[in-house]
Amino acid sequence: MTSENTTESVSDPNDQGKESAVGTMLTRIFENKHIGWAGLAVALLVPVLNSTPYALNVMTTAAIFVVLASGLNIVVGYCGLLDLGYIAFLAVGAYTAGILSKALELPVLFTLPAVVIMCILAGLIIGAPTLRLRSDYLAIVTLGFGEITRITANNLSITGGPSGIFGIPGFLVIGNLDFQSPLIFYYLTVIIVSGLVLAAARLGKSRLGRAWKFVKEDEDAAESMGINTYKVKLLAYIFGAVWGGFGGMLFASHLTAVSPMSFLFLQSALVLMAVVMGGMGNIKGVVLGALVISLLPEFLRDFSEYRYLLFGVLLVVVMVFRPKGFWPPRGTEAERTEAQGDVAAFAKGVKR
Amino acid sequence: MSAMLEVTDLKMAFGGVKAVDGLTFSANAGEIIAVIGPNGAGKTSAFNCITGFYKPTGGTVKLKGEDIAGRRPADIAHAGVTRTFQNLRLFNDMSVLDNVRAGMHLYGGQNFLDAIFHTPRYKHSEAMYTEEAHYWLDFVGYRGNRGVPIRNLSYGQQKPVEISRALARKADLLLLDEPAAGLNHSEKQSLLDLVRRIRDLGTAVVLIEHDMGLVMEVSERIVVMNFGKEIAEGTPAEVKADPAVIEAYLGQDDEDEEEPALGDA
Repeated sequence: MTSENTTESVSDPNDQGKESAVGTMLTRIFENKHIGWAGLAVALLVPVLNSTPYALNVMTTAAIFVVLASGLNIVVGYCGLLDLGYIAFLAVGAYTAGILSKALELPVLFTLPAVVIMCILAGLIIGAPTLRLRSDYLAIVTLGFGEITRITANNLSITGGPSGIFGIPGFLVIGNLDFQSPLIFYYLTVIIVSGLVLAAARLGKSRLGRAWKFVKEDEDAAESMGINTYKVKLLAYIFGAVWGGFGGMLFASHLTAVSPMSFLFLQSALVLMAVVMGGMGNIKGVVLGALVISLLPEFLRDFSEYRYLLFGVLLVVVMVFRPKGFWPPRGTEAERTEAQGDVAAFAKGVKR
Repeated sequence: MSAMLEVTDLKMAFGGVKAVDGLTFSANAGEIIAVIGPNGAGKTSAFNCITGFYKPTGGTVKLKGEDIAGRRPADIAHAGVTRTFQNLRLFNDMSVLDNVRAGMHLYGGQNFLDAIFHTPRYKHSEAMYTEEAHYWLDFVGYRGNRGVPIRNLSYGQQKPVEISRALARKADLLLLDEPAAGLNHSEKQSLLDLVRRIRDLGTAVVLIEHDMGLVMEVSERIVVMNFGKEIAEGTPAEVKADPAVIEAYLGQDDEDEEEPALGDA
């Protein structure tokens, strides 16, 4: 493990390689494999310290923002597709959940299958025609789709026009247990979001996740290895859309109202910022980025009208000093262990 | 033995430029074929046509009797073609092992639900991927670290990794685009040995190469191209003696000269 660290710090010019004692300690903390569980524990313990409605509201919103960032990370971080209209999928999820649960007088949870299906469809509709484009062109087209979604919601009667829909029923009620009460809803959100973050992390380390990263790094080389890059990109889009849909369902349930004003381009930009600033492709970094982007403005409230100025300055400073984000993916893995060294025994079965 | 690869009258034109103009050759399983010619002769264009990166404007490309011309590269890879690139095309931020795993994409063995829930199927297939990656890295004689990002390696180390990625595909036909470029003498010797061992796996190997010494030594047949046209085909001895080759390509009768007549291209 130590030798691996030295190799990287010596030969990797892009990694701010000044390995001080503090740096080594930080690396050790951040690369600990239990860091995710530690993060979950913090999220579960915070309400013990502060459970005012304001704090719970802010934290629930932050948790929803985390799921959005981890979904966009699949699209941008894993697959390298710059999506400037990601918030459209939050809108699709939120409107589907809101409209259905209100019309059918169902708890929001029961709209989940419909939310997932609608988001898969939205991913296909937006992705299928656009994913043949590369880089800049894709960014422009997704920007357009994001705005189209918002403007459509603003003008349709089923979505309630500019005032949106309100009075959405609660998430779920079982006997005396109302999941809509702020504390319970917070815990529910944290658990759903953690599950989705874990799932996104695991996808990143799978055959499909590697295919996404191959496409990001070199589309032609990936294609020459038999990876149908179009299909793989479409899958990234669909997974991103479903994550966004989960976010939308939680969002509709949390606010009990949905309006087009929640889906401005600014929101897409903020989610993208969380991904880029956190460290594209590293889910832990992206979660951290999402927490910073959603919580920092709250901590900066003391600076009243200057807080967004300060916020902007901080973001610029981060990007200057950590151009790959706080916590970029390392691209390292374990070297060969003794058990894997027995090649001779294995070699027999290799060639068809 | 029926031919693994049969290229017939292959044509590729970019506007008025005929990059490949009527190329015909074949390669059998377990055979090493070299395609040579001055820079700009259309060798890489021909490779790109065979692997689907270009859609040929004419002719057929048959793999095991099946016409694959004009399909998308992934489908052609699926049909059984694998390749390396003239300038290394590796996945720079990913580990050496991951780069080799790219060649195994078509093995399958897991779906996204297996990955999310870490099912036994997932664990089994990941272990298999890792084991095979190590096998192919051993096969090409790679000695460096395997868990580090590939951009940290030197060019000489990256080169065999690209070949092991292509081998991990376990295809019937391997196309090597200038495998010896940038290698030193001893590295070229091990490349020679490697190409023969690949051939012994039963793979048909087609390589583009400028190093005449290497080409003459390793290949069973040589196809010579110039200005998109095929000007000669035969055994190394035949090609060396062919007046058209001597005139158009070698320029002079000096068989030991390395990278001859580059300026003619």
